[in-house]
Amino acid sequence: MSLHPDYKGVYKYKWNNLPFMQLSGLEPLVVTPELNFINVGERTNVTGSRKFLRLIKEELFEQALSVARDQVEGGAQIIDINMDEGMLDGVDSMKKFLNLIASEPDISKVPIMIDSSKWTIIEEGLKCVQGKSVVNSISLKEGEEAFKRQATLIKRYGAATIVMAFDEEGQADNYEKRVQMCERSYRILVDEVGFPPQDIIFDPNIFPVATGMEEHNDNALDFFRATRWIRENLPGAHVSGGVSNVSFSFRGNNVVREAMHSAFLYHAIREGMDMGIVNPAMLEVYDEIPDELLEKVEDVLLNRRSDATERLLDFAETIVGNVQKAEKVLEWRNNSVQERLSYALVKGITDFIEADTEECRKLYPEPVEVIEGPLMDGMNVVGDLFGSGKMFLPQVVKSARVMKKAVAYLLPFIEASKSGEAKSSGKILMATVKGDVHDIGKNIVGVVLACNNYEIIDMGVMVPAEKIVKVAIEEGVDVIGLSGLITPSLDEMVHVAKEMDRAGLKTPLLIGGATTSRVHTAVKIEEHLKGAQTVHVLDASRSVTVVDSLLNENKKEPYIKNLQAEYEKIRVNHAKKRGQKAFLKIEDARKNKIQIDWNDTVIVKPKRMGVQLLEDFDLEKVIQFIDWTPFFQTWELHGRFPKILEDKVVGVEAKRLHADALSMLNKIISEKWLTANAVFGLFPANTVNDDDIEIYSDESRQEILAVSNQMRQQLKKVAGAPNNCLADFIAPKETKIEDYIGAFVVTTGINIENKITAFELDHDDYNSILIKALADRFAEAFTEYLHQHVRQETWGYSLKEEFTNDELIKEKYKGIRPAPGYPACPDHTEKETIFKLLDATKNTGVELTESLAMTPTASVSGWFFGNEHAKYFGVGKIEKDQVESLANRKDKKYEVMERWLSPNLNE
Amino acid sequence: MANIREILKERILVLDGAMGTMIQRHKLEEEDFRKGWFEDHESPLKGNNDLLSLTRPEIIKEIHAQYYSAGADIVETNTFSGTTIAQADYSLEKYVYDINFESAKIAREVADEFTANEPNKPRFVAGSIGPTNRTASISPDVNDPGYRNTSFDELVVAYVQQAKSLMEGGVDLLLVETVFDTLNAKAALFAIMKAFDELGKELPIMVSGTITDASGRTLTGQTTESFMISMSHMPLLSIGLNCALGAREMKQYLHVLSNKSEFLVSAHPNAGLPNEFGEYDETPEIMGQQIEEFLEENLINIIGGCCGTTPDHIEVMAELASKYSPRELKVIA
Repeated sequence: MSLHPDYKGVYKYKWNNLPFMQLSGLEPLVVTPELNFINVGERTNVTGSRKFLRLIKEELFEQALSVARDQVEGGAQIIDINMDEGMLDGVDSMKKFLNLIASEPDISKVPIMIDSSKWTIIEEGLKCVQGKSVVNSISLKEGEEAFKRQATLIKRYGAATIVMAFDEEGQADNYEKRVQMCERSYRILVDEVGFPPQDIIFDPNIFPVATGMEEHNDNALDFFRATRWIRENLPGAHVSGGVSNVSFSFRGNNVVREAMHSAFLYHAIREGMDMGIVNPAMLEVYDEIPDELLEKVEDVLLNRRSDATERLLDFAETIVGNVQKAEKVLEWRNNSVQERLSYALVKGITDFIEADTEECRKLYPEPVEVIEGPLMDGMNVVGDLFGSGKMFLPQVVKSARVMKKAVAYLLPFIEASKSGEAKSSGKILMATVKGDVHDIGKNIVGVVLACNNYEIIDMGVMVPAEKIVKVAIEEGVDVIGLSGLITPSLDEMVHVAKEMDRAGLKTPLLIGGATTSRVHTAVKIEEHLKGAQTVHVLDASRSVTVVDSLLNENKKEPYIKNLQAEYEKIRVNHAKKRGQKAFLKIEDARKNKIQIDWNDTVIVKPKRMGVQLLEDFDLEKVIQFIDWTPFFQTWELHGRFPKILEDKVVGVEAKRLHADALSMLNKIISEKWLTANAVFGLFPANTVNDDDIEIYSDESRQEILAVSNQMRQQLKKVAGAPNNCLADFIAPKETKIEDYIGAFVVTTGINIENKITAFELDHDDYNSILIKALADRFAEAFTEYLHQHVRQETWGYSLKEEFTNDELIKEKYKGIRPAPGYPACPDHTEKETIFKLLDATKNTGVELTESLAMTPTASVSGWFFGNEHAKYFGVGKIEKDQVESLANRKDKKYEVMERWLSPNLNE
Repeated sequence: MANIREILKERILVLDGAMGTMIQRHKLEEEDFRKGWFEDHESPLKGNNDLLSLTRPEIIKEIHAQYYSAGADIVETNTFSGTTIAQADYSLEKYVYDINFESAKIAREVADEFTANEPNKPRFVAGSIGPTNRTASISPDVNDPGYRNTSFDELVVAYVQQAKSLMEGGVDLLLVETVFDTLNAKAALFAIMKAFDELGKELPIMVSGTITDASGRTLTGQTTESFMISMSHMPLLSIGLNCALGAREMKQYLHVLSNKSEFLVSAHPNAGLPNEFGEYDETPEIMGQQIEEFLEENLINIIGGCCGTTPDHIEVMAELASKYSPRELKVIA
């Protein structure tokens, strides 16, 4: 039943003609009826939390941020920030704290509620948040004009707003006034200001009950009824409130307070309240409130009897109200100190960094080794995570801050240590080159280097070469670091190198930034700076190692020597890619094929020839063949299975992922989510004209079913090494030796679209990717199964092999199954040959797109070669003469063939 | 002026391609950036492309004409850095009005010529409003994360000036683009409303964000959907994505906008990802194949190109766009 006499039952959302309220932090919060209730964290409020007030007053912002983080981790979907305190500069504190939150992605992922009774503070807050936040609050208190002006601005800043039931006369303190003021506010906002109705949230005032004053007895009940009226009558509007007010009379008795909060929420939500400021730690589970307490609490809230207040007060005294909520145990705190440091760096947590650094310092003979060891290891993790898109910028900056704190802590110890390890390291000039303004990467490198005790001279952005050279000389810097992001910066870096050389500088030059590369540095920059080494630095985490290697007297020489060799190699490779000399003519390459003594080669005639089908195959049989390592690679979790599950960095994530994968795998099998089909065939075959394989219909070898045109390596090999081609593994026709080849098409992706669509409709990208990744693994596993089946039974040349799955993965068996489009046969058009030979589309349901990709994607096609000499290789770059040859053999135009083979063409 | 909203119901409109890439072809030198305006300016100006609208207007006009000839319906003014904030690096704050006004004017002239010759394909001019080179959400000083080197108010002042001078120069639309910090863009929208108030006139607004990399987020960490929500408090003509990614990488994020936005959707991706020399080298044909997927999947109302794209790319896009119908606006129940 509803507590409002005019309505029945639990409130059901009825404004489906309106859009939902949409809020955002770094991540979206779309307030749909299904969310039921939005939890707003209240601890970052100086009026409600003494602790938070003290932290802000004493400018202990790190700890104040931890309060915010705890709330988000504790389930707050929005966090309320309030700086209304007489001793604080509210505007400044709001700005400062919101700016700090912006650098904390694990906090700023949720929307912010900007809470103040002063408009100036609210407006400042609105200028600091990039997401769509909520204003708390505005009202008619200062009249319609102010109300309209504020609402118009809120709309322009892009926020939703809480509207208090408050007008020129005062606060609404009964049902009728609540209804009247909310309706009036709503009409002004929607009709006059044009405020989106779904972005209006009413706070119809939660007042204390059981105060001993009779006029307060209906306070809760009136709120419930007003809530219901608003939700039924003001289209799209929401209802919120500060719940802890209701139990104000029971301060100090948390048991009673928690029960009151829960019971209040229980009823308010049933009437339609869909947002509230609550402290999750001050909330008992409704069903777990002891019956006797609940009854007395509800008597008060619902004003069910005249002595309700006295009865609850009496009962409250019998309860020892000091239930200590257990401190949340932070699991990662149980790890070894090195792992804790690494965790703190990756997560950007500064709370324990000094204690952990101190603990770690005692484990190492020299304090500097803590930096070089665990801290740098942690930073390398951060760099890698960043580089692979698993962390984004604010987190990296945060990590650097943790690093900096740890280093600052260690610095006095390093200076005091007598071991002479005094690395006052060196001076580094950093600059974003002329014409470019991108400096975030440069700044990160600067921080990371500064963390490692280097002095940074940051010249900022758009720095002309002359200025760099001038300062470098004046300051006597040890290293110059150039950064840039846009294309023309690459040329500018070349220019800087030339200028440095002209000035006779012997300062090593570091090159970094998104468009820079090792190849570009080696080919275009290095040569110009003759007096010193130029180094490309892939990312910030690597900068320390590089600088250390360049400046450390012991490491310097071998490091530079290695680097020069490496760059030389890059240049040679680069030249090779372009030059002609390193390639053989195709006819010469053919002459340098692998020499197989065909008379001495065992060739087994297949037990069963022709095309065969495996339809609707039972995938359970192939599970044992799954190679999990690439599955984790798909998810950018790098490491070999199963060791990856114990990996100290990605292990947790990997385990979680593996468990999810196994659970889905079971469903795929038990609920038959995927259908697996395979077609394969073994045929008489011989090689003709070196590179082509003729495939025959029967042993008479008269009727040619298909010709497979293979590609041959053309790169000039060292003496004795052959120029490989798959056709070399089949006996040439002129030997008159009867040889065989197999072909196959396997799929495990039939029907996958149904599931993917369902997941995507459910916005469930995780499972959508998971099923695709699993289907791919199944396809590979099914192929592995099929290959074994062919080796042992259909072809039967390897009756006795017994390999573990690990050995299968390492391909210890005899024979290969190369796939068109992969290195040994990069020509995708060979798929057409296979599909025609096996009538694969009809037999398996797999189709080829116009670019010859297979759909479903969880499909594999390829050839079976049984020869003991057969091995995988990469064709690599080829020359135009081979393209021409292939075009002739395939009866295609040269241009068409060139297009297909362009990734392999040497030009 | 023809009503762009009506036209957009009928067909996909084509935006132009990169301005910088085309300017590079002219191999301009320092004196080109100074000619007639800044002969005695104390610091180097080469690379400040917006100035060319003043010093070498014939080049900018020619580029606009090349894009219109290739089939673009909308060209962007050469004003990506036309704010006092961005020009402060060159100490040219006081020329911001001229940059925007003149850039708008020359684009307007070219547009009107083309419209006159081809009245059934009216050409539009979008005033390009870039992100500036400062960010209101990230500290430039990693040791002081609460610090900012610009503010909402400062951005509003700069953007009001840019928006007004573009409007006075005669643009048809305003395009807030390459949004890497949503707070900067919110300041731009706030400023545009202010400019509308002051001029007593409103234009359609396009917004285009930048998803930086594989994390799927803006530089300041927002997901595509969050970015969209944070920008949807104004009645936009369109919301979309540009820069940083090629069409292939951009598609998944366009799906988000296409599925969730109540506005039209635009995209102007780069010509692929930069190669090891930092060049964008995806050919019109390859890029066209990707764009055609957008069209097949009905993701798009406005298509164009960013870094590395040329009139050849736009020609391919225009031809493709004519073959497909535009994405239909999501109607809320």
